[in-house]
Amino acid sequence: MTSVRDTCLLILRLVVLGAVLWAAAPRAAEAPPPLPQKLSETGLFARGTREIGPDKLAYAPQYPLWSDGAVKRRWLWLPPGTRIDAANPDAWQFPPGTRLWKEFGFGKPVETRYIERLADGSWRFAAYVWDADGRDARLAPAAGIASLPVRQAPGGRYTIPSRDDCLACHDAGAVPVLGVSALQLSPDRDPLAPHAGAPGEKLEDLATLSARGLLEHLPPELLSEPPRIAAATPRARAALGYLHGNCGHCHNAGGPLAALELDLEQPARASPAATAATLATLVGVASEFRLEDVGTRVVAGADGESLLLARMRSRDPLVQMPPLGTAVSDREAIALVGHWIRDDLSAVQARQEPSR
Amino acid sequence: MTTTLPLVRHLCAALALAALAAPALAQEDATTDDPVARGKYLVTIAGCNDCHTPLKMGANGPEPDMSRMLSGHPQDLEMPPAPAPQDPWAFAAAVTNTAWAGPWGVSFTANLTPDRETGLGKWTLRNFVETIRTGRHLGRGRAILPPMPIPMYKHMTDDDLAAVFAYLQSIPPVRNKVPSPRPPATASASTEGQ
Repeated sequence: MTSVRDTCLLILRLVVLGAVLWAAAPRAAEAPPPLPQKLSETGLFARGTREIGPDKLAYAPQYPLWSDGAVKRRWLWLPPGTRIDAANPDAWQFPPGTRLWKEFGFGKPVETRYIERLADGSWRFAAYVWDADGRDARLAPAAGIASLPVRQAPGGRYTIPSRDDCLACHDAGAVPVLGVSALQLSPDRDPLAPHAGAPGEKLEDLATLSARGLLEHLPPELLSEPPRIAAATPRARAALGYLHGNCGHCHNAGGPLAALELDLEQPARASPAATAATLATLVGVASEFRLEDVGTRVVAGADGESLLLARMRSRDPLVQMPPLGTAVSDREAIALVGHWIRDDLSAVQARQEPSR
Repeated sequence: MTTTLPLVRHLCAALALAALAAPALAQEDATTDDPVARGKYLVTIAGCNDCHTPLKMGANGPEPDMSRMLSGHPQDLEMPPAPAPQDPWAFAAAVTNTAWAGPWGVSFTANLTPDRETGLGKWTLRNFVETIRTGRHLGRGRAILPPMPIPMYKHMTDDDLAAVFAYLQSIPPVRNKVPSPRPPATASASTEGQ
């Protein structure tokens, strides 16, 4: 006969055993909450307002991506008490919880893109389309919006990228955050960089982020001697910087397009060898892609024979570079890069010729 | 007569056995753990050769030129401008079935062999998977053009794509520089901004 006491002890043992097994069982990773449906729910604004929250850090890369002339504003937020690991100045490591926003406007805000690093270290991307009354923005479909009517945008149309489009650029670099790096936030800003700066706004840079204690393991020499592309002329510096900011996130030596052997990324620790390495993949190098009779990436002294410039100039979808994110070519950059190819590179070549 | 009958009997038996064996072999390729064999099966049944292996004229009409297996549009076959489409005709194709003209311009089928300079020899599995998944060259470049059935193939599993890539990397390399696609005649060459 089993006594009541034995039965109670058995039940107690089973309960304790169950609790132990439950505690020991591996926990499935908690799924992140779904993307907020409204921009106002992403934490960008101060509570109860449509003003940018005071804890958001406004910044602007010195070599910004061309976006058909859109006026852009950008903000970074780090969870309290966390820092960016800046040990690798070309690939900063952002803590889980990091959020970034980038607003695109034509006369008024049209779209705000959002990047968030989740607890498991993965990243997610979203786009929010502003309401006509400018009070809030709503989550765009994952497939994007191919043609949104925006009166002041070129041609009156604007494209919201798909999530795949986001990854096309953001998944090709060393880290998915583009534009927040030692070189892009260098206080030694390039005065010839096209479309740089956001006038009238206080912007963070390498020095202010460091002073705020938001960077750890930053090599100290980058503060005493801020990053600056080591180029032969100011125009060459700006041209290489433009290519870094607009092309280098895909065309680099370590990403998925490395097999193309076209490296337009500039390191924070600049050196003549680094710029020479870029030129070695550009000047006189045959391209896999041909455009009628033009098949060399860059011909020193001949901008008209340089495929790089032809593809920057084109907005044919089969030809244009960058291949997405722009429907109108960048006239200012074409002039800059054209002059660099025609004048600066030919001068370099002329200096090298006698020694050959 | 008496001497030939056994021979005919043996030949018929051999053919019957071959006919029976062929589906079994295909079935084996479909379920094998060997990614190259599985990839060969997938490439075969997905019709990759239809466009990526040039057709040549044989005794019974056009047939794949397997000496140029999966090497894409022949570099020595220069295509003149395509005839203007006349509704309801919308597309035109080269005799090799490797060049197609339509509203998207002119597309040339790619060299899928592992030749390092003209084929997929330098590609990584990631390049291949991202190309098929996104419909963009190398996952981030220009769009992959019709008639490549990206809308269907993008649904292949990761394992299937890896098997296809493994097989493509195992076949003989063919040096053949496929031309770049041509834009439609009406495409604007340049749109300049500020």
